[in-house]
Amino acid sequence: MITIYIHNEPHRVKAGTSLLEACLSLGFNVPYFCWHPAMHSVGACRQCAVKVFRDENDTAGSIVMSCMMPVREGMRVSIDDPEAVRLRAHVVEWLMLNHPHDCPVCDEGGECHLQDMTVMTGHTVRRTRLPKRTYRNQDLGPFVTHEMNRCIQCYRCERFYRDYAGGRDFGVLGWHDGVYFGRSANGKLESEFSGNLVEVCPTGVFTDKILAGHYTRKWDLTTAPSICIHCGAGCNTIPGARYGQLRRIRARFNGQVNGYFLCDRGRYGYGFVNGPRRVREPMVRGADGRLQVVAGPETLAFAGEHIRGGRAIGIGSPRASLEANFALRSLVGPERFFQGSSPRDSALSAAILECLTRGPTPTASLSEVEACDAVVILGEDVLNVAPMLGLALRQCARRQPLETAASLNIPYWLDAANREVTQDGHGPFFIASTAATRLDGLATSAYRASPQDLARAGLAAAHRVDASCPEPAELSQDAQAFARAVAEALKSARRPLVVAGAGSGSVELIHAAADLAWALTRSGKDARLCLTAAECNSMGAALMGGGDLSAAMETLRSGAAETVIVLENDLRGRMSRRDFDEMTSLARCLIVIDHTGQATTERAHCVLPAASFVEADGTLVNNEGRAQRFFKVLPATGAIQESWRWLGELAVAAGRRLAPPWPDFDAIVADLAATLPAFKDVPAIAPPAGFRQVGGKIPRQSHRYSGRTAEAAHLSVFDNPPPADPDSPLAFSMEGSGQEPPPALIPRYWAPGWNSDAAVNKFQIEVGGPLHGGDPGRRIIQPDSASSAPYFAEGSQPPAPKAGPLWVVPRHHIFGSEPLSAAAQPIAGLCPKPYLAMNGRDAAAAGLGRGQTVEVSIGGVGYSVAVVIDDSLPPGQAALPAGIEGLEGIDLPGWGSVARAGQGEGGRP
Amino acid sequence: MTMSGEKPLTSRMRRDGQPVGLDEYVRAGGYQGLRAALKLSPRQVTEQVTQAELKGRGGAGFPTGKKWGFVPADGARGPRYFVVNADEMEPGTMKDRILMEGDPHQLIEGIVIGSYAVGASIAYIFLRLAYHASERALRQAIAEAYAAGYLGRNILGSSFGLELHLHISAGRYMCGEETGLLNALEGRRATPRFKPPHPPVVGLWGKPTIVNNVETVCCVPHIVRDGWEHFRSLSRSDSDGGTKIYGASGRVKKPGLWELPMGTPLREILFDHAGGMLEGCRFRGLLPGGASTAFLVEEHLDARMDFASLQPCGSRMGTGTIIVLDDKVCPVGAVGNLLAFFARESCGWCTPCREGLPWIAGMLRALEEGRGTQQDLDILAEQADLLAPATTFCALAPGAADPLRSALVHFADDFRRHVTEGRCPWR
Repeated sequence: MITIYIHNEPHRVKAGTSLLEACLSLGFNVPYFCWHPAMHSVGACRQCAVKVFRDENDTAGSIVMSCMMPVREGMRVSIDDPEAVRLRAHVVEWLMLNHPHDCPVCDEGGECHLQDMTVMTGHTVRRTRLPKRTYRNQDLGPFVTHEMNRCIQCYRCERFYRDYAGGRDFGVLGWHDGVYFGRSANGKLESEFSGNLVEVCPTGVFTDKILAGHYTRKWDLTTAPSICIHCGAGCNTIPGARYGQLRRIRARFNGQVNGYFLCDRGRYGYGFVNGPRRVREPMVRGADGRLQVVAGPETLAFAGEHIRGGRAIGIGSPRASLEANFALRSLVGPERFFQGSSPRDSALSAAILECLTRGPTPTASLSEVEACDAVVILGEDVLNVAPMLGLALRQCARRQPLETAASLNIPYWLDAANREVTQDGHGPFFIASTAATRLDGLATSAYRASPQDLARAGLAAAHRVDASCPEPAELSQDAQAFARAVAEALKSARRPLVVAGAGSGSVELIHAAADLAWALTRSGKDARLCLTAAECNSMGAALMGGGDLSAAMETLRSGAAETVIVLENDLRGRMSRRDFDEMTSLARCLIVIDHTGQATTERAHCVLPAASFVEADGTLVNNEGRAQRFFKVLPATGAIQESWRWLGELAVAAGRRLAPPWPDFDAIVADLAATLPAFKDVPAIAPPAGFRQVGGKIPRQSHRYSGRTAEAAHLSVFDNPPPADPDSPLAFSMEGSGQEPPPALIPRYWAPGWNSDAAVNKFQIEVGGPLHGGDPGRRIIQPDSASSAPYFAEGSQPPAPKAGPLWVVPRHHIFGSEPLSAAAQPIAGLCPKPYLAMNGRDAAAAGLGRGQTVEVSIGGVGYSVAVVIDDSLPPGQAALPAGIEGLEGIDLPGWGSVARAGQGEGGRP
Repeated sequence: MTMSGEKPLTSRMRRDGQPVGLDEYVRAGGYQGLRAALKLSPRQVTEQVTQAELKGRGGAGFPTGKKWGFVPADGARGPRYFVVNADEMEPGTMKDRILMEGDPHQLIEGIVIGSYAVGASIAYIFLRLAYHASERALRQAIAEAYAAGYLGRNILGSSFGLELHLHISAGRYMCGEETGLLNALEGRRATPRFKPPHPPVVGLWGKPTIVNNVETVCCVPHIVRDGWEHFRSLSRSDSDGGTKIYGASGRVKKPGLWELPMGTPLREILFDHAGGMLEGCRFRGLLPGGASTAFLVEEHLDARMDFASLQPCGSRMGTGTIIVLDDKVCPVGAVGNLLAFFARESCGWCTPCREGLPWIAGMLRALEEGRGTQQDLDILAEQADLLAPATTFCALAPGAADPLRSALVHFADDFRRHVTEGRCPWR
């Protein structure tokens, strides 16, 4: 820490930062545009001018751009100096010369950084008589609207898209006052992170195209802290709702997890909440065999009758909260509670949990991933499985080259200079995959083989790090070379990282990753092990335990159960059609509690409408074992209620209790923590419902929320009280505490004068750093630092002999492989149709051509797919898109065969 | 100070306009500087250049030897580069063109010596797109120099080697800015880079790089061959060594270029060499060194043309090629032309330049078309002040503001008449 003087007052600030960061961290309002806390300084906009003085006798001082000026001990600074104030006003005047001033019709209005900065600098009068320049806009695809006339050329969009996120199809074009940000031609933005342009843009050039379809101003949105449910990374989000509809999702800053950003699946995958498949009423199958809407009590009576006999089993879900799963487990009893995952998925989750707790290597949060300086990815296509991990890995690839820049005394925040030194260089980055991935451009070396061979290469690297780890037998030359390079690079790194996960479908690969990470830790390295989880609560489900779906099937087959209660789960996605048919027919009564209609609800005898993640509170455990709380964004309407509430009521209906066991959310969390020691810390991850600030709850609505009394005027002109929320310290109201909430409860970023999300600066200990009170969430699993657990060393045996003509691996798609996001537009329109990707030589040998319709047979079941040629697949290996409509419930990887099914129309990947 | 009349840079040039060939160059003492340099240590060569008080001829006048000295002593970070800035695009300036078209081996010899001094193994000439004759001359000369062993490996039997590439620019004024040039050479947008780090530490592809102007590099062989004392003695300036190629354009009797001792007074250049004003034209002012320098008027004509002497007059020598303004030309229109050029050549990186220059150019156009207001004049003065070095990212906009700011002072009446008469008095 050093001392700088601002307006002659001493302030302690962190050494090595820029003056802008220091001023903002101290809470001063210095306007800026091109600077971004995650992308740092480039000095383009010239908005953050302040004055610095040589010493206390210097009265003239000189104008500097605070973003480009390092803080120095004893530095004297004036933000309010009249010359600096005047220049800042002129800079905004320049920026506004060509701005269309169309705020009333601009979707950014009300949360526009340009509006805020214009007001802050006091520019009010337009002096120019020149005509404004105009641009032609582009169609950038379904997610992002383009309105270039509003552009102030801050360069943040292209710096995010290209420099930060590695995109190539968008950038800056043109020259002088015709600088243009866009693509070479109309077309969907290819990046997995394109939606961040909406947040990165300080004005309305890039706006949310999906929001525009049901537009609401920021101040009219009801918002609450939430967690993304579309993969296992657990990114923090702020969903916003109005009139009972979910309108948008924005990133919620969490310095440990997603930072400032979100992937497009997380941002745009919420359509199912409002979608036509939404289950809104309780239903019971009538005498005619059709599901009929029935009143809640009758449904409960029907379901209770079937549970009452004690012959019910419960099938939980890795996409449901801990509390919902626990409620089901409590209802049916631990022995009759099943995890709701396929045997393979359960084994993968269990393996991840074991690797992160039994061994000595700590796991990595996304921010820790960014801090690692050498990486090997074993078999995981991270940009499709957990996209935000891919974004973090992109930053980590620059870690070693950045050290060269640091050695030249270039501060970390001087972005362009760092990029000049590092050029496009990256540190050790090894990718072992079943086929090409979109991160391959970063790869020092890439090795492509079957998951089994990838695992054996990983084990070989582990053996080279720690000789006590067994060596795989009969390793190919390629694998040996790869393993040698990986071992050398990771051994000489400061903080090596091993990445694998559930996406590969291979427990062996996860074990190989753990072997390598453990070997590194045991050889004294500060290593990290990052394993992706399949779903948003896979780790929570694994911690809770329970048999997998094959165990549930056995129970049904044995006749030990007649009633099956399925919680927020589509069993069809987790087993073959044959097994699904068998299970649903074995269930004399199938009770499904879910928010979205799917194959299992169609077979149900009774359906209970569940709250989705935005109408419920709950806890999810992400892939690093971080328990995080999400809160209701909007009150559930009609018959919809939280799954745990339905399950509590089912306990009453089944005659087990006189009253529901959990009157409110805190009660079930307390019960969970008391019953299962693994979750003892869960109550502490967010304040309880009784928490108050200055006697008030935390309002979900802004103080500018409009139309409160008019919202329901078509029904009643009475001023109805806002819906109660007994479950959290948040209120469905504009009223309440005006203070900054604790970090887990921040419903929106706003501060006086800061209406855009840049207000997050005011919630952080230092800009870009953790939130006041620490980043929310708590890791509930720990490695065993003294672990002497033996290596798994599965690959030490020679590979298993070939058991089929084609080894078929799963291929994940950011849009398509996660069923909830794929259930509605806009994601549904971007999902691939069923295909089989094959090496061109394999296809030729089988007499197959691109686009031809073939029947691929896996586990005795045939699927009609179109052939896609992908020469990055090793010979003998093919790939099927994971989890997409038409290819659900296939157990992959596995052996398969392919047969011609006549000339097809052609499919697309 | 002596006035020898020596013209080391231009004396070999042929009357027929053809470039001096290798044999001719060598016969005239060419590549003797290189032979001498290879007998010295790199540090000694740099020392010679420093002692010679050679200042960068691109316009900024930075001491060349000092710049070379900034290259880190340790050679740990990969190859070093020596880059010649031949993107001569300053309006009114064509001095580098003459040197490249007329005597390309002189430039090549300077490049080899400079590269030897800073330890560069790869050199680039970054040439303006429109300079086709220079391109032909340089291609020919580079081929000759490779064939004769002045380029390539083991130059003249030494252990020193140099690869020289000719790069044809895509043609923008911004490419003439040292760091914009480096970005362009890397295939990126020609936006300027923030300094520090300076190019001698972090330059082309992130490696230590020296960027020198053509005329600067052409001086180097003579310093090494004839000694720094001789080079200093060629000058009439107290602070800058050598000769300078001065030029004059506009309504003078004999527009042209002359190699003269550094520090030759403006009046001498204008009247003795350019022959004074054309009949019927009255001198009103001049831009001493290209479009991005401030106007000088009658009272300044006794000032010496060197990097230090014009500062008290409120201007800079710049490239040393004078543009003369006479009474038949509207100063508002002239300045408007310049600002339209600068507005067009802005790279669009920083706000004041990208937005401020088109606004200024628009107001000047309005004045010329009789639509100007008093408020426009106030805003013009204010904008000219605002486009200052600390406000903008690089020197382009401050350079553009110089002629405007000085014109508003020296030709205030002319600007006022545009408003009061509601028209351009020259139209």
